[in-house]
Amino acid sequence: MAVDYAALKKGGFMRQKQKNNFSLRLRVVGGNVTAKQIAKVAEVAQKYGEGYVHLTSRQSIEIPFIKLDDIDEVKAALAEGGVEPGVCGPRVRTVTACQGSEICPSGCIDTYAIAKELDERYYARELPHKFKFGITGCQNNCLKAEENDLGIKGGIKVAWRESDCIHCGVCLKACRTKALTEQDGKIVLEPEKCNFCGRCVKSCPTESWDCTHGYIVSFGGIFGNQISKGEAIIPFIEDHDKLMAVCDAAIGFFKDNANPSERFKFTIDRVGYEQFEKAIKNAYYGEKEGE
Amino acid sequence: MAEFNIDERVDITDVVCPTTFVKAKVALEELDDGQVLSIRMNDGEPVQNVPRSIKEEGHQILKLNENDDGTYELIVRKVGD
Repeated sequence: MAVDYAALKKGGFMRQKQKNNFSLRLRVVGGNVTAKQIAKVAEVAQKYGEGYVHLTSRQSIEIPFIKLDDIDEVKAALAEGGVEPGVCGPRVRTVTACQGSEICPSGCIDTYAIAKELDERYYARELPHKFKFGITGCQNNCLKAEENDLGIKGGIKVAWRESDCIHCGVCLKACRTKALTEQDGKIVLEPEKCNFCGRCVKSCPTESWDCTHGYIVSFGGIFGNQISKGEAIIPFIEDHDKLMAVCDAAIGFFKDNANPSERFKFTIDRVGYEQFEKAIKNAYYGEKEGE
Repeated sequence: MAEFNIDERVDITDVVCPTTFVKAKVALEELDDGQVLSIRMNDGEPVQNVPRSIKEEGHQILKLNENDDGTYELIVRKVGD
């Protein structure tokens, strides 16, 4: 029987140059892998591969040199350690994330929680072409949100609370966009200059800021044969459910409009940015206001 | 500044990140709980980042003053032994 390479690729088995050898991609969410999973991966790499793994550019693990005849056995062995094969091809790929606010002092959102949610919601969904999600916790952008088809960047919308301010002046210097000034004893924020980085909040000795944590969502990033930066449509999304509605709308637009093998950016370009913008605004504001 | 009684002073304008914070941290370690340190630092990265790092160490920031020569003076009260 002929080998169904497409089915193998869909199941995470990437054909190697070496005949009947596959590099097995694993399912990883938000870059976190448990010790138990690592132990099993090590065991499988030793027994069925060549004793090493490859870390992919998007936070996945691949085990090279898995033999065609061992595929079922390898899948069963990995399952014992709670490890699943990943995916390749025209579908939703590994959801990547930085460590986020649970670990990193700079983080503005819990990136791992969002990554898990997106993974459960979309992972491996069949689409006209690959579709990548990436989630970064703050403006430092360690996870490079805008190179993904859909990137999410955490931010904090701030409002000064006069009662707790000691007028130390630290926030005025911590702000990199010069959005803050002190005028007549009051801290004045120019909203159009604020990039939601939260540095004023993180540096404030008295926590004299009211904070709203939220998401900056970019669309149409691509960083392969062609390079283009994803762009935001809604400046700041505060509500978690609206974030999900916007993600649904983006992926729905791609599914409905893309030609086979056409990346999201080129679908948006071909169909028209205005039409895509309308779809996103409808999802965010509701049908009426978005029109 | 007259409004704070400065117990010690440290100048970190002669070093660059990450030594800026390290030097400030070492100076704070020399102090007792409640004593006040004045840290002289450069504009740019030091003044953007050092105050936050000191806050994250648990110390109390009192004031950031701009000096005439373009440097800054951060006044910090040590918290803890």
